[in-house]
Amino acid sequence: MDNTFKDKAIVCKSLTKQFGDFKAVDQITFDVEQGEIFGFLGANGAGKTTAMRILCGLSHPTSGEATVAGYNVYKEAEKIKANIGYMSQKFSLYENLTVYENIEFYGGVYGLSRPEIKQRSEAMLNRLGLAAEAKKMVGELPLGWKQKLAFSVAVLHRPKIVFLDEPTGGVDPITRRQFWDLIYEAAADGITVFVTTHYMDEAEYCKRISVMVDGRVEALDSPGNLKKQFNTDSMDEVFLQLARRAKRS
Amino acid sequence: MKQLLAFIRKEFYHVFRDKRTLLILFGLPVVQILLFGFALSSEVKNIGIAVLDNSHDVTSEEIVRRIKTSSYFLVKDPVLNYAEIENRFKTGEIKCALLFPSHLAEDLGRSGKAQVQVITDASDPNNATIAVSYITAILANYQQQLNHTASIPYQIIPQVRQLYNEEQNGSLNFIPGVIALIFMIVCTALTSVSVVREKELGTMEILLVSPFKPLMVLVAKAVPYLALSIVNFIIILVLSVFLLKVEIRGSLLLLFAESILFIITCLSLGLVISNQTNSQKTAMLISMMGMMLPTMLLTGFMFPLENMPWIFQALSHVIPSRYYYIIIKAVMLKGLGFSYVWKETLILAGMAVFLLIVSLKRFKVTLA
Amino acid sequence: MKVLLFILQKEFRQIFRDKTILAMMLVAPNIQLIILPFAANFEVKNINVAFVDHDHSTYSQKLINKIGSSGYFQIVGNAFSYREALKMVEDSEADLVLEIPAGFERNLVREGSQQINIAVDAINGTKSAIGGGYLTAVIADFNRSLDINTKIQGSSSAIPSGMIEVTYSDWFNPRKEYKYYMVPGILVLLLTLIGGFITALNIVTEKEIGTIEQINVTPMKKWQFILGKLIPFWIVGMIVFTIGLIAMYIVYGIFPQGSLAVLYLFAAVYMIALLGLGLLISTFSDSQLQAMFVAFFFMMIFMLMSGFFTSIDSMPDWARQMSNLTPVTHFIKVVRLIVLKGSELSQVRMELFYLVIFAIILNTAAIWNYRKTS
Repeated sequence: MDNTFKDKAIVCKSLTKQFGDFKAVDQITFDVEQGEIFGFLGANGAGKTTAMRILCGLSHPTSGEATVAGYNVYKEAEKIKANIGYMSQKFSLYENLTVYENIEFYGGVYGLSRPEIKQRSEAMLNRLGLAAEAKKMVGELPLGWKQKLAFSVAVLHRPKIVFLDEPTGGVDPITRRQFWDLIYEAAADGITVFVTTHYMDEAEYCKRISVMVDGRVEALDSPGNLKKQFNTDSMDEVFLQLARRAKRS
Repeated sequence: MKQLLAFIRKEFYHVFRDKRTLLILFGLPVVQILLFGFALSSEVKNIGIAVLDNSHDVTSEEIVRRIKTSSYFLVKDPVLNYAEIENRFKTGEIKCALLFPSHLAEDLGRSGKAQVQVITDASDPNNATIAVSYITAILANYQQQLNHTASIPYQIIPQVRQLYNEEQNGSLNFIPGVIALIFMIVCTALTSVSVVREKELGTMEILLVSPFKPLMVLVAKAVPYLALSIVNFIIILVLSVFLLKVEIRGSLLLLFAESILFIITCLSLGLVISNQTNSQKTAMLISMMGMMLPTMLLTGFMFPLENMPWIFQALSHVIPSRYYYIIIKAVMLKGLGFSYVWKETLILAGMAVFLLIVSLKRFKVTLA
Repeated sequence: MKVLLFILQKEFRQIFRDKTILAMMLVAPNIQLIILPFAANFEVKNINVAFVDHDHSTYSQKLINKIGSSGYFQIVGNAFSYREALKMVEDSEADLVLEIPAGFERNLVREGSQQINIAVDAINGTKSAIGGGYLTAVIADFNRSLDINTKIQGSSSAIPSGMIEVTYSDWFNPRKEYKYYMVPGILVLLLTLIGGFITALNIVTEKEIGTIEQINVTPMKKWQFILGKLIPFWIVGMIVFTIGLIAMYIVYGIFPQGSLAVLYLFAAVYMIALLGLGLLISTFSDSQLQAMFVAFFFMMIFMLMSGFFTSIDSMPDWARQMSNLTPVTHFIKVVRLIVLKGSELSQVRMELFYLVIFAIILNTAAIWNYRKTS
């Protein structure tokens, strides 16, 4: 990789993941700037989750290149992991641990000291309005709170990049809006946010988005430019036009 | 009706997708049959024995030779002194020691009497008893031949016949036990997990809101496992007949009918269990761990029921597999007909109906 | 290191909150320990014999009496015909049939030998086989003591009759209590179930809820994850072992003859081996159902081949080799040796060596198979 890419948060070049004959991710090329909120869109089956798993170091690509936070996904997967946060569709908090215990565990795993954990968790819980719930089992919390908590835990250790896999499924628009407030705050702190979503209104909140169709990146630009390109003022329309061409979904 | 069939088909898909579980489902009885048929036996053979021979004369060496050639014992290196014996026991190398006094042949010739000592490892009591009786038998045989001129002139010769098992097939009585155990565990566990999984995933509510009657849901869940168990049963029978050379003496039809009855009982039990919990893990634990112990203990195929304290014998009457075991033994191995097993069949049928009703009632209640 | 402490903290919290696991660990083993030995009694007593006496002579009467008073047998019936006696076997009322032919006494004296028939219910396995053996022995004894035989023996002087008498002593368990033999074995079985099942179940559960993926994304190292799972369950296993030993003493009065330290050493290594097995199983399973089934499969095979139910010595060679390949076999052997015979470390060091090898192999396989990145 030459020097112009060194400052980018994520760089992909012809990244491919193949399962037998099936190309889940087909030669995708794109990059993400530091501090950017980047939306990674696509229909079900388009290959979003597979691509994201590669970038998180959960899966080896079949071919192509990618660096995340400056580290190579083939050889330096563990270094990538030390520098990113992740929130999956299942939220992955332990339901039979309390709010604080979950924070404590993940904080410790990322190498924070106990005083640091205490300090940051207090701040976080206050910000979320969850201070009173610190000793409650996560399993007892309503969905919206779990999501916000999972996000906060993902950025507790102040990673360079945070990956969010459809983080706002199943909650009302107000809660979604509150979640995005959190994302803005994180971005303001310098954290790059890489988020996949189905909600087209959320696409509008991103600085740039890409749309995957059948394993390929079919569009990569700011929402405004894309709307102009497709001659419409709704992201829904943009998406529909792109996704319609899909052969698998 | 068509809906029910579609539902049953979906359940079959679930079952066949999980290849690993399927493999174990069929592998388990096969392995057990192979083990019981070829590897395990309740006979006692190859007892490790060491000899402390203070005589080294014709008599002692002849006795040792006979012990060597019998299949009951495995003669290990000789012991050189008394103190060594304890050590050899403690390493587990030998389970028995035979001590000859000095001047064995001389004493025998002179006074007509001699004494040998046998030390047994009684930590395994049956082993100890049997080892002593084997040695006594070998010695008696030897003496008979020694004193053949003065052998007992009037001989009572016992002729021993093995009923139902002329070929002396070692582990015949394990087969019905294996069958009962497999059905009990597989049918009960898998069915209960299948129902609970639906509850855990939340799809159960969808099913119940549909025109499906609760009974249909339970039936559809149970049918694939009924089919699988029948296949399993056939496999076990085929293996027993061709591999273990067991003869099925009774009516195959009766055998199948009774087995299906038992399978239904087990499936119903699985359904009852599934009503008690909403977690797959718990359903599994109850059916496998919870059911396995009573089934193994109280059916009567692993440990003889007569030896147990009365409370276990009483409890045994509540275990369905106890009755199935009796039926299978009678029909498959002894070749008896329905007239011999009607009582057990009735009890089993009663249990099946009872469990079905209970599971249905509770099913409606917990989801209401 | 610090990370490991955080992991352990989380694991212990979760273990103590999971009621099912707690029940399995603390309650179930003790119930089994207390119940099983009462049931698992292989002693052979009360063998039911049905007679068919066609002779009704002094000798046949004497024989029947002798058998009835031997202590092993229970006379359940005197049938008129062999058929009738057979029916008693069919009804499972009798285990053996003894048929004495007509003219038994007269023909024995006149011709010098007579046959009698014993039919054994071979389906009843152990009981009948041993019963047949005992019956033959009693008959032989009766034979020898018949007056026609003893009279002759006593009168002849030229015959070098030799009587080799066997005296025997039972070491290590003079009262021949079956419980002493079974209980240590049951203790081993319990540890085995816990080690194998619970670890596998625990890890697969995390796979199912998705927290494994979350962990794979963190910089947590493989060894930290694995130790984080092994250590808590190892501790649990040792606690269960201790509780088991206490229960064994309180309920049965069995106290290990040998060194407790050596016993614990073996238990510790054995647990590590078993946890490795549980770990290995979890890497192969995607669902709790699968994990339990696979674990159950292996446990069943191990238990059957371990020498707990049947004797290893009577296995054919190939089976015995297989048996030696399971860690359970060795541990049961050692526990019985130490608890009942007081064996010392030097006497069982081969077994320790085997167990260590098992622990290494199983854990290495598990670690190697566990991938953070697929």
